[in-house]
Amino acid sequence: MSTTTTRGVAQPAPAKASQARPRRGLRGNATFNFWLFTGPFLIGLAIFVFVPIVWSIWLSFFDARYTVTPSHFIGFDNYKQILTNSEFPDSLVTFTVFAAFIVPTTWALSLGLALLVNRLRFMRAFFRSVFFLPTAVSYVAAALIWKMSIFSGVRFGLANTVIGWFGADTVAWVSNPTPPWYWLVIVTLRLWIQSGFYMILFLAALQNIPTELYEAAAIDGAKKGWQTFRYITLPQLRATSTAVVLLLLIAAYQAFDEFFNLIGQKATWAQTPLMVLYKSALGTSQDYGAGSAGAVVLSVLICLVTLVQGKFMGFGRGDESK
Amino acid sequence: MSAMSNSNFSRRSLLRATAGMAAAGTLAACGSNNGRGGSGGGSGTQLTQYFHAYGEAGTEQALKRYAAAYKKANVNTNWITGNNFESALFAALLTSKAPDVFEFHPQLQLVKSGQVADLTDLIDPVKSDFNPNDIKSHTVDGKIYGIRMIDDPQFFYYRKSMLEKAKVGVPTTLDELIEAAAKLTTNKVKGIFLGNDFSAIQNNIIWSAGADTISEKNEIAYHTDGVVEGLKKLRTLFASGNVLLDAPTDFWDPSALNQGLCAIQWGGMWSMPAMQQALGDDLGIFPFPKIGSAGKQSVYNGGWSIFVNAKGKNVDAAKEYVKWLWLDQTQYQEDWATSYGFHIPPRTSIANKATKLKSGLPAEGVKLFTDYGHFDNIAYDQTMQNAFSEVIASSVRKNGDPEKALDTCDKKVGVELKKLFG
Repeated sequence: MSTTTTRGVAQPAPAKASQARPRRGLRGNATFNFWLFTGPFLIGLAIFVFVPIVWSIWLSFFDARYTVTPSHFIGFDNYKQILTNSEFPDSLVTFTVFAAFIVPTTWALSLGLALLVNRLRFMRAFFRSVFFLPTAVSYVAAALIWKMSIFSGVRFGLANTVIGWFGADTVAWVSNPTPPWYWLVIVTLRLWIQSGFYMILFLAALQNIPTELYEAAAIDGAKKGWQTFRYITLPQLRATSTAVVLLLLIAAYQAFDEFFNLIGQKATWAQTPLMVLYKSALGTSQDYGAGSAGAVVLSVLICLVTLVQGKFMGFGRGDESK
Repeated sequence: MSAMSNSNFSRRSLLRATAGMAAAGTLAACGSNNGRGGSGGGSGTQLTQYFHAYGEAGTEQALKRYAAAYKKANVNTNWITGNNFESALFAALLTSKAPDVFEFHPQLQLVKSGQVADLTDLIDPVKSDFNPNDIKSHTVDGKIYGIRMIDDPQFFYYRKSMLEKAKVGVPTTLDELIEAAAKLTTNKVKGIFLGNDFSAIQNNIIWSAGADTISEKNEIAYHTDGVVEGLKKLRTLFASGNVLLDAPTDFWDPSALNQGLCAIQWGGMWSMPAMQQALGDDLGIFPFPKIGSAGKQSVYNGGWSIFVNAKGKNVDAAKEYVKWLWLDQTQYQEDWATSYGFHIPPRTSIANKATKLKSGLPAEGVKLFTDYGHFDNIAYDQTMQNAFSEVIASSVRKNGDPEKALDTCDKKVGVELKKLFG
């Protein structure tokens, strides 16, 4: 409320400012104000985003090992290496599989939690907080807990203790890729950290659905439960669902921390694109050329996916048509 | 209305001015932050050294004590915890805050890229005192690029009592080792621990099969039938359920054996004091067993060396410091090698004085080091090692075809060899 009022008063101000210009000097100048406010941010953006992007493209054409100021131009060799002689293509497959699984699962789980919490009559605030709390935990810390206490390979790890009650032998959850139990470790961790946050988004959206809709449906004879959920709740949540899916997809693209800490770099499976790039550029290999080439390939892919997605989901189109 | 907007305006211009100043202040702070920790006064040069965090108690204090004793420069120690020492070090080397002195392993790439300084003239006077292998592994085209601080042989530790109870002899072949692991496994104790990802023994599987990482002529030498056989056998061991996996600590930590999680553990000589303290006499050691008929037992002589950053600002001062500590101050070198974890001093004169390594199990460790040890090959660099650890991952931890995995590795190593040697 208060923000709108302030903005209302502020709007006509520039016109007044021009009247007073001789007295106030530069302060009233709109161009100056623009640069004053956006300048610091633009400088940061240029230094930390644009320069590295250009630098990275430049590096990708050089033999840049143990240096970021190389002199030996090698054309497309780095691209050839990263696309044919590395784990990078495999990592794209890994990521796609991971995203295809984690995005719908997290969506469903957080929606489910939101529905449950929304129906609570008492202690709602308590449960809301309890489910939201894991969001505050860093992936690295959580990965260490998952790896060292819950899914530790020794007989006194939590998971092994539990399956031990049923007489099962100890399982190496992370080290042994067959069967791929490591996905269980990674997925449970991600669900634990993420679903609370998206639950809050769904909860807010649920509370925004007018009760009249449900009442009208009840009068028309809609049964409680699945029918109302399918034909009222779900369609009403469409905007939120789209946003959540988008955010989840972005989060999946950025997957690094828990993979890095759980799987490590001495494996050939479950390597996400960022991990492969880290390994070739920043790890022990220190090959900034190949790493940059991979980063460029990844950026192009992300641009393409975003464009295609924008075309299908129409995200952001609404604003333009106004 | 106008009065109101006027007062509103002056308040806003004040805010604007404050914001502007704050922004300017931030930028100014950015600008002045580039320098290296102040002028330092006239007291002398400022040097920075990077070390990975050694696990043994007292090591950090010891290193800082040595540095404090150096009078000609102010030496600042960066003690890098976590298991990403390489990443932290290499990232720092690219910046203006690069360390002047750092520890690492000999790597041809570091020499080729001009990252490490030539230390030949420092070492030459005492060259004959060094283990010739430690000189060789740091030499490129007749120049010596690093000073070995400590040699760290890696071998198997075992609980004598457990082997006796299971009526198992000390294994000398990989088959015997696999059999022993099976007999030693109970519902409480796993037979053997080779580190969580098996990469600790990735060189030994090559040497024990009678092959080598890369040859004298810098060609691939690891791709032999013996190595393939070894990989296949290691796969059966991995899948047998007799191996401790996902342990809370890795091979470089004595905990797995000390806490009774396994009967045999791969480890480094540095763990010996802690193991002896926990297990007393119930401790023995043996080299990595041989693989196939052409094989022979092997020990990996790892270790850490000190290098001078050739691109640093104080190369001469750094060289002088390195000479002082790692060549002149023999009492510190002995302290560093034997007072915390056990390491073998690379200098014969110090090794001869090191009484702690003269008897009992430490002496056996030294014997394994001399009899079965393989040193680092400076040309077998990190990229090649990473490529081979992928062989372990895909054909031992995953049930892939070793031949195929080695072919993939050959391709990567081939590219690397071509880059290094043309």
